[in-house]
Amino acid sequence: MNDVPVSIRDTDPLPTVTATIDGADVTVAAGTTILQACGGRDGEIPTLCYGDTITPKNACRLCVVEVEGSRALAPACSRPVEADMVVRTRSERVDHARRMVLEFLGSSVDLSLTANVTAWNAQYGVDLDRYGADAATVARPVKVDNDLYVRDYSKCILCYQCVDACGEQWQHSFVIEIAGRGFDAHVSTEHDVTLPDSACVYCGNCIQVCPTGALVPAVEFDMRAAGTWDEDRQVVTETICGFCGVGCGLELHVQDNTIVKVTSPPDNPITHGNLCIKGRFGFQHAQNRPG
Amino acid sequence: MDLKTREVEPTPAERAAIDAVLGTDESQGAHDRTGGQSSRVRRHLLLPTLHALNDRVGWISPPAIDHVAERLDVSPAEIHGVVTFYGLFSTHERPARQVHVCVDLVCRIEGGTRILPDGAHPSPCLGMCEQAPAVLVTDAGDPGRRTAMGGVMGDQLKELAAGMPVSAPERRTTASVPQAADPGLVLLRRAGGGDPLDFDAWVADGGLRALDRAREVGPEGVIELIDAAGLLGRGGAAFPTARKWRAVRGQGATPRHLVCNADESEPGTFKDRVLIENDPFALLESMTIAALAADCARGWIYLRGEYPGVEATLMSAIERFRAEGILGADFDITIRRGAGAYICGEETAIFNSIEGFRGEPRNKPPYPFEVGLFGAPTVVNNVETLMNVPSIVLGRTTSNRRLFCLSGAVAVPGVYEVELGLTLGDLIGLAGGLRPGSELQAILLGGAAGRYVAPDATDLVLDDDSIRAAGLTLGSGVVMVVDQHVDLVDQIRRIAAFFRDESCGQCVPCRVGTVRQEEVLERLANGVRDGQVELLADIGRAMTDASICGLGQTAHHAIESAVVTLGVFRR
Repeated sequence: MNDVPVSIRDTDPLPTVTATIDGADVTVAAGTTILQACGGRDGEIPTLCYGDTITPKNACRLCVVEVEGSRALAPACSRPVEADMVVRTRSERVDHARRMVLEFLGSSVDLSLTANVTAWNAQYGVDLDRYGADAATVARPVKVDNDLYVRDYSKCILCYQCVDACGEQWQHSFVIEIAGRGFDAHVSTEHDVTLPDSACVYCGNCIQVCPTGALVPAVEFDMRAAGTWDEDRQVVTETICGFCGVGCGLELHVQDNTIVKVTSPPDNPITHGNLCIKGRFGFQHAQNRPG
Repeated sequence: MDLKTREVEPTPAERAAIDAVLGTDESQGAHDRTGGQSSRVRRHLLLPTLHALNDRVGWISPPAIDHVAERLDVSPAEIHGVVTFYGLFSTHERPARQVHVCVDLVCRIEGGTRILPDGAHPSPCLGMCEQAPAVLVTDAGDPGRRTAMGGVMGDQLKELAAGMPVSAPERRTTASVPQAADPGLVLLRRAGGGDPLDFDAWVADGGLRALDRAREVGPEGVIELIDAAGLLGRGGAAFPTARKWRAVRGQGATPRHLVCNADESEPGTFKDRVLIENDPFALLESMTIAALAADCARGWIYLRGEYPGVEATLMSAIERFRAEGILGADFDITIRRGAGAYICGEETAIFNSIEGFRGEPRNKPPYPFEVGLFGAPTVVNNVETLMNVPSIVLGRTTSNRRLFCLSGAVAVPGVYEVELGLTLGDLIGLAGGLRPGSELQAILLGGAAGRYVAPDATDLVLDDDSIRAAGLTLGSGVVMVVDQHVDLVDQIRRIAAFFRDESCGQCVPCRVGTVRQEEVLERLANGVRDGQVELLADIGRAMTDASICGLGQTAHHAIESAVVTLGVFRR
């Protein structure tokens, strides 16, 4: 392949664009999103469906901002900064949209395990009571059909991250997809078959990306149900997986001297947060203690 | 990817239906040599394959999904996701006879609030409002039959639901085009003029002259003519057509695509159906000119699945064009049948649907002119937009002619072609005015995604500037006249239900907002007032501001106008 333009060398600076965000000139590399230009997930713009390792679907619309000249609000997670763009990340209009997204989700989905929601609800003046006791919800029975993880779609906000992690962005297993349409849209295997009847390989990469606790390891689910899950008592130890020669980075979540969960850091250059069934679930042998 | 299926054989009928689209060659060798890529590149045949199954056996069974998955090397979960997206497909076994009864705005007035008999089920607008009440009857079999019928009242509906044989509907050109044979017509000039599929008569009447002229003046010349005429898109967004074509022409990637958006599904809209029924060759000529101008090698007509008659007409017309050598060499056209999803008329959802995915809108940017169908630069034009092209190329008209779909309480409902600049009252006068005994209560302009106006709006001048200044849209040209007998609260609750049904579910403001909007309207209809109008406005504003696509962004407009402008809950 010799068709790379000779004018581009490693030493050349990347092209940049300058835009005005909240009144200040901001210069970023071309292709940077508004969200990234505003500090990513650690910045002030709230996000729900935006994950560390998945191309954002911009489905939740919580991160919307005003872009001058644009009729509708724009999703900060996906809209690249353009030259001379004028962006407002807070305004009455933006705050209204964020409040309503939080109300729509809060009144229809169980967000009890979703980080930051309580603070955002206060910040944006969310009032869930005004939807009444009869407001439709996505509540449905918990799916427990295998020993490794549990699917509680009453907590699902349809961020599409598990679908994309299972599919073309990471695992290429394509076991789950969005089925149905509109408010009936839901994550499903074909014909809603159980995971053991599906092509699932139990990598658990869907759990890793789930932002709302709809997908959790069975151990965590059972401990939560028993009231023994306590993240304040957990210590996270980083190590390398010993199962094979790839060298995946592991985070062992240990509570009371027992491994209760295994994750991988999203910024790990080897895993990008992904693991296989052994790395994520194969830890019992490390704690087979004499009875 | 390791496909996992249940290894249950499809029935012989299912296998025959699948093979009819995908062929009988199931050579594993080609599949294995390319790691399945040779199968997956045919994913765009998924929707036609599902249609073949649905037409043949009436539903899409698990073994059928598994077998299609194996043939296309696409996971069963993905195919299940596609099947469950579309209203005309079912994953549950059902009787071969299905009667889809339009319960949308016009039909619910003309048919009364109907209690549907067993075997019939409600359908969104079937695009036959001038013949309301309408039904679509489908009979699975070999061959399957699909028949759209107008004027179906109570007893006939019962008989249809009970399985009464269906005879082919008569052509009712003059009923649909009351101006038929008016020498001043341009877009509808062929209406009522004999067999629309008589190619020789069409050529004798000036057909192909515009294409010849286009070849003389060349692509740039065509674009300049369209530009000079100021042709704006008729799909609702009023984007300059010439700019779209030029943008695609300027892109490097090939092959470029031309998509004719014939997914006419806006409640109250039937003009594209009437246009194609009356002048199918003109649409093909228009597309050929557009493809020449924008340098597109592949053409697609995405036709809504509820128009079986139009599909048959178009297939005949395309075959004739191929036989004449007009299509096939540099440019060819494929019909893609929709499967019951209003959202697929959105300009990027239409790409996903053609490609065999769920018809969810894509994120913009990138825009279709850069990254469209199959990732290639793509022109998407509405039927009416394209039908303007020949007369502009021949210098016979400016672009100010527009079609309006008049329905409801007018004396003569139908499609009307007018020069913009007349008033709304003039237009209603053209349709014979109000029906005897009718008093004007309101007019719905632009369909469910448009707005109601009050009776005093009959002075409104219909041109783009005046309409925009009034905060309105002509949209798809719907002018639905509502008289004093109509329960407007029932109408807007139906509009809310329509958008709730048709939301793709991708983004939160639309997925949940359309449900909450419907719930508030129910409370208001039941007399609950406390804070509800304010809540409704809050919901609507969030949908309008924050939804991904035009569906959610317009799902509150008609309701807002009824509440704010007409004051339906102040009465």
